[in-house]
Amino acid sequence: MTADPRTDTAPAPVLRQQVLVLYLSTSALDSEVLGWSRYDGTGRTSPTTGDGAEPPYGTGLDALKDGWRLIQAAQLLPPHPGHEYDVSFLKHEFFLERIERIERVEDPRTGA
Amino acid sequence: MDNEPILLDSVRMARFVARGSLRLDAVVPADLNAEALTVLAQEVPPVPYGTPLARAYAPDSFPARLLAVPQVAGALRSLVGPGPLVDHHAVHVREPRGGDAQPLHADAIIDVRPDAFDVQLMYYPQEVTLEMGGTLSVPGSHLRRTNETDTGRYQNLRGQDRLVCPAGTVVFVHHGLWHGGRRNDSDTTRYMFKIRFNPTVRQRLLWDTSDLHDPRVRAELDVHFPWYEQATGRLERYNRALLWRELTGDPDFDLDHWVTRVSNRPQEATA
Repeated sequence: MTADPRTDTAPAPVLRQQVLVLYLSTSALDSEVLGWSRYDGTGRTSPTTGDGAEPPYGTGLDALKDGWRLIQAAQLLPPHPGHEYDVSFLKHEFFLERIERIERVEDPRTGA
Repeated sequence: MDNEPILLDSVRMARFVARGSLRLDAVVPADLNAEALTVLAQEVPPVPYGTPLARAYAPDSFPARLLAVPQVAGALRSLVGPGPLVDHHAVHVREPRGGDAQPLHADAIIDVRPDAFDVQLMYYPQEVTLEMGGTLSVPGSHLRRTNETDTGRYQNLRGQDRLVCPAGTVVFVHHGLWHGGRRNDSDTTRYMFKIRFNPTVRQRLLWDTSDLHDPRVRAELDVHFPWYEQATGRLERYNRALLWRELTGDPDFDLDHWVTRVSNRPQEATA
């Protein structure tokens, strides 16, 4: 009888998502990075507010070239009538992800 | 020693209007800074919301003497005028290697007054190094219409200001400025004393206006910040021009025709 490779003793790979949010100068993905945020599902790093001075990439396209995958881009919405000159949130927001393999799973509730 | 308030000039006022903050480095004397570390560690008794400044603090109290420093008194008068109200005050303590960074936020709730603003005094009694997690602020963010921590998703913006300053530094910020206390990665407890002031007079020409037409005023108002989107950066200038009109009473002030162009609606018929 042939062994089923799916039931072999090797553990299944454990995958976690890393998220990079880029804020760009225009609605074009290849425009300049103005702001950035990171969230690390592997738990290896703890990015936080004000932890960097230089953006990780020059443009959104540079992030794609480095292996990040675009998962969401901000819609282009016309200004609400009467509020055409208001300034508010950053407009050109792009969410990217990278899937990382990790060796060991910690319980995020206990850290063990 | 001359204890008269030292008013801001128009160039510095324009800088405040563009940046949403004004920094006065090492203006508080060393003896007051030393006293502050003891006073702030024991908290400062609260005052009811909206207490007139003249009644908020006893004349010999630490806050009263801090506010009597000529540069501090002059900046406060230039920004909100005489007789402001103390909205509230707070001592912020960042423990060594403890705590998390605050999410980027503007204090209180969304506040879109076009012709008035509150200021917050932030006083740093000790030298603040980058490691100590001084206040993060985003120059030129004060006119963005956002509510409190709804900006918490933004971790880093190009040109953000991670405060590093000498002891005795006071920063005045516009109520809308995006800011947050950074994580303290040092072995030193960091103190900051904050007081929010509400104006009781119209905020118009309250500063030393003898240099009102200095070309540097316009240059300050026209400054671009690296985190501005290309298109929205133009709207920032538009909104700054409107605020400068309010503060000066000059209905025709403009920067590169941004307001004038889109306000032009001729009504005269051709001859």
